[in-house]
Amino acid sequence: MASTHSDLITIYIIKSDGSQAPLDVPVNMNLSLMEVLRSDGYPIPGTCGGIALCATCAVDILSGNEKLSPAGDQELDMLDLLPQSTEATRLGCQIKLRPEMDGMVIRIDSES
Amino acid sequence: MEERNENIATDICIVGAGPVGLFAVFEAGLLKMRCHVIDALPQVGGQLSEIYPHKPIYDIPGYPQILGQELVDRLMEQVDPFRPGFTLGERVETINRNDDDSLTVITSEHTTVKCKVLVIAGGLGCFEPRKPAIDGLSEFEGKGVAYMVRNPESLRGRNVVLAGGGDSALDWAIFLADIAAKVTLVHRGDTFRGSPDSAGKVFELAKAGRIDLRLHANVTALHGDGHLQELSIHTHQLPLIRIAADHFIPLFGLTPKLGPIADWGLNISQSAISVNVADYSTNADRIYAIGDINTYPGKLKLILCGFHEAALAMQSAFKHVYPDEKLSFKYTTVYGINAF
Repeated sequence: MASTHSDLITIYIIKSDGSQAPLDVPVNMNLSLMEVLRSDGYPIPGTCGGIALCATCAVDILSGNEKLSPAGDQELDMLDLLPQSTEATRLGCQIKLRPEMDGMVIRIDSES
Repeated sequence: MEERNENIATDICIVGAGPVGLFAVFEAGLLKMRCHVIDALPQVGGQLSEIYPHKPIYDIPGYPQILGQELVDRLMEQVDPFRPGFTLGERVETINRNDDDSLTVITSEHTTVKCKVLVIAGGLGCFEPRKPAIDGLSEFEGKGVAYMVRNPESLRGRNVVLAGGGDSALDWAIFLADIAAKVTLVHRGDTFRGSPDSAGKVFELAKAGRIDLRLHANVTALHGDGHLQELSIHTHQLPLIRIAADHFIPLFGLTPKLGPIADWGLNISQSAISVNVADYSTNADRIYAIGDINTYPGKLKLILCGFHEAALAMQSAFKHVYPDEKLSFKYTTVYGINAF
């Protein structure tokens, strides 16, 4: 089924070399940020498959953080263990893409 | 449970006792091939038992819903007729090729398993300490840098710096305050999500001057001549400072890595073992990789897919175990299960 325009949002990705790239992602497929980044070829291992266990999908949310659901206990426990994480760090696997995230800016952690 | 330092001989050695490794025992058993299973965890079941024993799984054919541990229990029941051996709580470190092309697998506890075929069903791999990005960290491993406290007595009277904000960092800071000459705890935040009791104790000890607590701080570099002597700490408010340290122990939890598997000469792609989809064989003769640890075009990390891979890999392994016999495919419905 073809996506209608409203099914797509654009997120902006700042790579470790500082360059920024837009990525159009569907919001009607219950996908996580980790899944769309990985399928677009970004270096996001997602080793554990999305159960907040490996933190290899950690990203920094530079803009749009307020539109995300707060991190759950398991995600917070994992973020706690990341040496470089900041207030802006989230696990991509725990962020389900929704229409209000249009325009979100994220930075991919070079340590991922 | 098992005796250590064993010498075992079997047809097939399976690395990983998760659902896919266990089902490979069954598929091997149907073809009269005996198995020995090794896992670094102390129990069978892999991720199912370790991570989500009580979570339901919905995509196992024939089970609209089954709990992780229940599936493991059922698989153990299914492989029981084939009497597999198990070595648990030991990590496979080395694979040696013998003159007759068989393989010898050696574990961390020096158990050896001589086998005709090796099946790697290692799932996520091994859980290893997460290492922070700090200049000079690897250079000082074993020379002052360690990722766990093996023997607290070795730290008596020493100058120890811990980093991290989890339970492990808190617990060791408290414990070592009585043993080490000086304990410094470096934490990038100013709160601890770990046990409130432990966090309270750390703040008390810091107030009493028995722990040097550095909050909003990160260790950025290590210095020393042959052994760790100093480290640089960056804090938000202060300029970079250097403090003396005999030992630095970053405690940032565990993260899954391929571990020793990466050193066995197998083709690796994105932390997974590349396999031939005809039989899930690797580039090394007699070595197969099945389940989450392998990769190929279209790979899906599903238990279901791992079961399929196990069946095909065992059919292919038959030629190495019984080189003089012709394999004829048989349905269990027709021939049943011939227990060993």
